[in-house]
This record gives sequence, structure tokens and C-alpha cells, in this order.
Amino acid sequence: MSEPTKPVNPDDIQEFRSGMDFFRILCWVAAVCAVAILAWIVGEIFQAAWPAIQKFGFGFMTDSAWVPNRERFGVAPFLIGTAVSSLIAILFAAPLGIAIAIFLSEDFLPVPIRQTIRFVVEMLAAIPSVVYGLWGIFVIIPIMQVIGAWASQHWGGVPLFAGPAYGNSMLTASVVLAIMILPTITAISRSALVAVPKTLREGAYALGATRWEAILGVILPTAAPGIVASVILAMGRAMGETMAVAMLIGNSSRLTWSLFSPAGTLAGLLANQFGEAEGMQVSSLMYAALILVALTLLVNMAGEWVLRYFQKQTAGIR
Amino acid sequence: MITTLQKGILACSVLAMVSTTQAADVSLSGAGATFPAPLYQRWGVEYAKLNPGVQVNYQSVGSGAGVKNFTQGVVDFGASDAAMSDAEIAKVPKGVVMIPATAGEVVYAYNLPGVSDLKLSREAMAGIFLGTVKKWNDPLIAKDNAGVKLPDMPINVAYRSDGSGTTYVFTQHLAAISKAFNDQIGFDKSVTFPVGAGGKGNEGVTALIKQSPGTIGYVEYGYAVNNGLSMASLQNKSGNFVKPSDESGAATLAHVKLPDNLRVWPVDPEGAEDYPIVSFTWLLLYKEYEDKAKLKALKDFITWGITDGQKYAPELGYIPLPKEVVEKTKAALATVK
Repeated sequence: MSEPTKPVNPDDIQEFRSGMDFFRILCWVAAVCAVAILAWIVGEIFQAAWPAIQKFGFGFMTDSAWVPNRERFGVAPFLIGTAVSSLIAILFAAPLGIAIAIFLSEDFLPVPIRQTIRFVVEMLAAIPSVVYGLWGIFVIIPIMQVIGAWASQHWGGVPLFAGPAYGNSMLTASVVLAIMILPTITAISRSALVAVPKTLREGAYALGATRWEAILGVILPTAAPGIVASVILAMGRAMGETMAVAMLIGNSSRLTWSLFSPAGTLAGLLANQFGEAEGMQVSSLMYAALILVALTLLVNMAGEWVLRYFQKQTAGIR
Repeated sequence: MITTLQKGILACSVLAMVSTTQAADVSLSGAGATFPAPLYQRWGVEYAKLNPGVQVNYQSVGSGAGVKNFTQGVVDFGASDAAMSDAEIAKVPKGVVMIPATAGEVVYAYNLPGVSDLKLSREAMAGIFLGTVKKWNDPLIAKDNAGVKLPDMPINVAYRSDGSGTTYVFTQHLAAISKAFNDQIGFDKSVTFPVGAGGKGNEGVTALIKQSPGTIGYVEYGYAVNNGLSMASLQNKSGNFVKPSDESGAATLAHVKLPDNLRVWPVDPEGAEDYPIVSFTWLLLYKEYEDKAKLKALKDFITWGITDGQKYAPELGYIPLPKEVVEKTKAALATVK
């Protein structure tokens, strides 16, 4: 390397660059490794799933019987369970999470208190999944049993609330999932709301808007892409969640309308059955894993795409 | 089904095990069933006190994974609640010796306030898990429980959602006593029940039962005892209702005729006092070992386990092996070279 006192000559710069090139190669290798590992994982899963793919084809996703000892494998109940549990979780978590994000991005409270609340909400993401599961077993399940018993007694005629009400049910798992994905929604929505230019807000006030009108009419629409992306990314997280769901959903492959019935998800199925599986069951579980990977990848990509596309669209007003 | 990825992981874990146990002269590694794991691990600890040169590592990875590891040759011994099928044995070129190491009972554990001594007939046992017996005051349950006030409550069923030897033993018995159960559900390490909710592991099922009044499920005897669950008396083949206990389990084992390969299930025991759902659990050994020091340590350890080691069985909820079984097992162990 050249001494700082010497005048810069082009050869030195060349030497400097060749040093940087080595670093660039290192970065390249690291980046390629990350992609290669994903490809490797998907490749291995695909290879292991191949016998089941050949045998069951696309019928695997529409067949509702999962009977390992009779070699009948279909994941329709688990696909539906995965979709329904994450959608219900979103239904609970999205309004709450967005409301928290708005509250934290406005100046209702002094900054230190807002920072504390923000920190606490984001701490929710640091709690291990199994702890959520245990907490669900000891706190949410007893509450759900009371609600379930009451609802199935009074509104048992409605298929959604039909009895017998189990504590380990679709609703229990969804409620805990909702809490688990709350930090994702809050954190990303909050940064989207904070990124709304001050001039827009001031303009709204200057035109005589109340705070309520400014939030609903100007700030939320401007931040909408980020908020939508946060919800989609949270959905991806909910779909892939394993341990807490396996502990709470009741792991059943029966299809029912009732929210108080046990159900199952793809991730829970894998966690439960992989350890003792043999032969075609392993292949079928790998096939299920492949579907789960594809689903979460798609959802996450959709989230990223929404975020980026609309960021470009609204770049002019920032 | 061994992928390169799995090989890598196994190699790493074996390396890790070797490196942590270099202090011991001989280190034996085993993997398999979760059900007997507390006993095997206790054996390892107690045996190391007597023989400081021998260290036994047992990993409770599940019966299926235990058989896989054993077949791949990455462990010194395997363990399985379902022993090994002839097809599985054929895949092991060195040959297999199956050693019954301990035994356990599977119980109907339930949570029904005010009912402490439930009796279940064979029809009721199957009916509950078939979903045909839906309420606690069903005539099929009530007829054997005269004087007990059974509530008009739905029966919530709890089962194992993960594949397990417990499910294997449990469904094997129900399939033997009920044609409908055999036709509709069959038996295996994981089956699909038409009713109920699944818990992961004995602890998951225990949580399901403990938390909701009106729930019944199947767990290992030791688990039910440790968690203070009520256990039903079950009707055996001779028509008697037998409470699960060390004695009734031992009675069943005493009547078992062991074949030469030592693989047998008392699927539907016939003795008057026999508890109906009992099973051995097996240690899996190769017929030949190249490392003679390892072979000697392994044989000594297992001989100790099936004799002196049996005294740790009852306190952990297992049934000690009867004398005849120990003798036959010793003879089988002698064939390992």
C-alpha cells in the first residue's frame, strides 16, 4: 500500500484495486454459497420426495386421507389447516399490529415511552417458539375451553362453533400465532409509517385536516405498501411456524368446519411424524415439506415484491 | 434413504461424541426408542460408577431413527420398541441379535372428576378410540361401572400425534381384540384415529388429559404414575378387570413364551390376572463386533443391565424382566461375537 504522504499515481490505485478484488471474490463466494445452500436443500428434499411425487402426483394435495399404516398419503387437511390458521392469525394480528404501529409512529407519547413500547413489542419476536407453546398450553387453552364450551352450547348450530369443543384447537393455535407474528407486522408497518415524508403530514394539517383525517386520508395510504408487505411477510412466518402450532393445534387430519376442533398444519405434521417414519411415509413427508417450502417462498417473494414495487411507485413523493 | 447431508450430520455427531468421551477407556454409543431412555440413561450413570472405564451414551431419537442408525452402523447398539422386522434385519449384513431389556405397560389415563376407579370392557376400549362411544354415560361404559356416577359429558380422546412405539403397542392390542378397530384403523407406530386430538410425546398427551375434564388417552404407565393421572382397569381376555401395576404387568410377562429370536408381543395375554397391554422393549446388537474391547464392554454392560440393572426398573415405571426371560436373554447375548 502507498504511503499517505506520497502523491497518488495510477499504478498505486491499480494495486489498491487488486486488493479490493480479492475481497469482492470473497463476497461473491459467500453470496453464491447462500444461494447454493438453498438450492441444495430444495434439491435434496425433491430427491427424497420423488417416489411420493411419482406415486401420488398432484392428487397428493387434494386427497384428504393421511393414513401411514395403510400407505395412503394426502395432505389436503394439512394444507387447509396451514392456510386457515395463518389467515385467522392475520385476522387477529393485522388490525392490532397496524394500530400499534400507528400509535408508535405518532407523537401521542414522549419518545422514551414509545421506544420502550416498541422494544417490548419487538421482544415478542425473541421468545422461543416452544415457550409460546407452553404458554399456550397453560394460559390460552384453559381460556379457550371456557369460550369453546360456552360457544358450542349456545351457537352449536353454526358449523364454525360446533362441539365437542377441544382446548387444543384451530382457534387456540391461531390466537397464539397471532401474538407471534405481531412484532413482524408492527416493526415493518412502523418503519413504513415513519418513512412518510413530514411535508405530506404538514400539508394535510395545513389544509385543515384533523389528526384522524391526516392518518386515515394521507399517512396510511402512503404507507400502505409497507403495511401490506408486513402482513404478507407475517403470513409467511405463520405458515412456517412449527413447534408452538404442533403443541396447540391438536394434530388431527380430520376436516371439520368447527374452530374448536383439532386440526393440523404441514409444519406440525413434519415435526410430529418425521422421527419414526419409514419408506413411503418419509417420501410423503418430504413431498409435504417441498410444498411447504414452495408456499412460504412464494408468500415471502410476494411480500418483498409488493414492498419494492410500491416503494418505486411512491418514490417521487418522498 | 441416506443422503449425503444426513451422512455429514451423522459424521459430525459421531465425531462430537468421540471427542467428548476420550477420557473413558471404552465408549459405547446407542440410539433409539424414547420410551426406555430414562432407564438406559440411568444404567449408563450407575454402570459408570461401578466401571469408571466404560462410558455409555444413549440418545433417545425414537425407535425408527434408532433402527436406521443401527442399520447404517453409526452406533454400537440400537434400541426399538417395535424390535426389528425380518425385512429390516435382512438389511444388516453383520446380523442382528435382539435383546429384551425391559418392559412397560400402556394405560388408559383419564380425567373425570369424581370417578377414581373406572372399568373399561374390551368393547368400550375399542369403541372410545373408534368414536362410537361418545359420552361418558354410554351404556357400554356404564354397565361395568355400577355405582359410579358417570357424567353426561362428551368423551374427549387424546392420542400420540408423533410416531411412537407406545402407539404401536396400544393399537396392536386394540386391533387384536376388535375386528372393527383392525379394519378401520389397524396398527402401526402412527395411525389415524377418527376422533380426538393429538399431543406430541407422552408429555403432550399427559397435558391434554390433565387440562380438560372428560379426556381419556393412552400413555406409558410410568408417565401416568409420575403425573398422578387416574388409570382405568382394563378387561383382559379371561374377562377380569385388571388395574395397571408392577404386579399385573409382571404377571403378563411371566406367561409370555419367548421364541428363539426373542421377538414377541403379548398381544392379548390369557392369564386371569394379566394386564392386557404390555410390551417388551429391545436392545439391538450386531452378531459380530470387530473391536473386541468394545464387544466385551458391551456384553458386560448389558449383562449387568438385565440382572442388577433391573432393580432400577420399578422406580422409573418399568416392569423388571422375569427370571426365564433373563436366562434366555443371557443365552442370546452369548451368541454375540
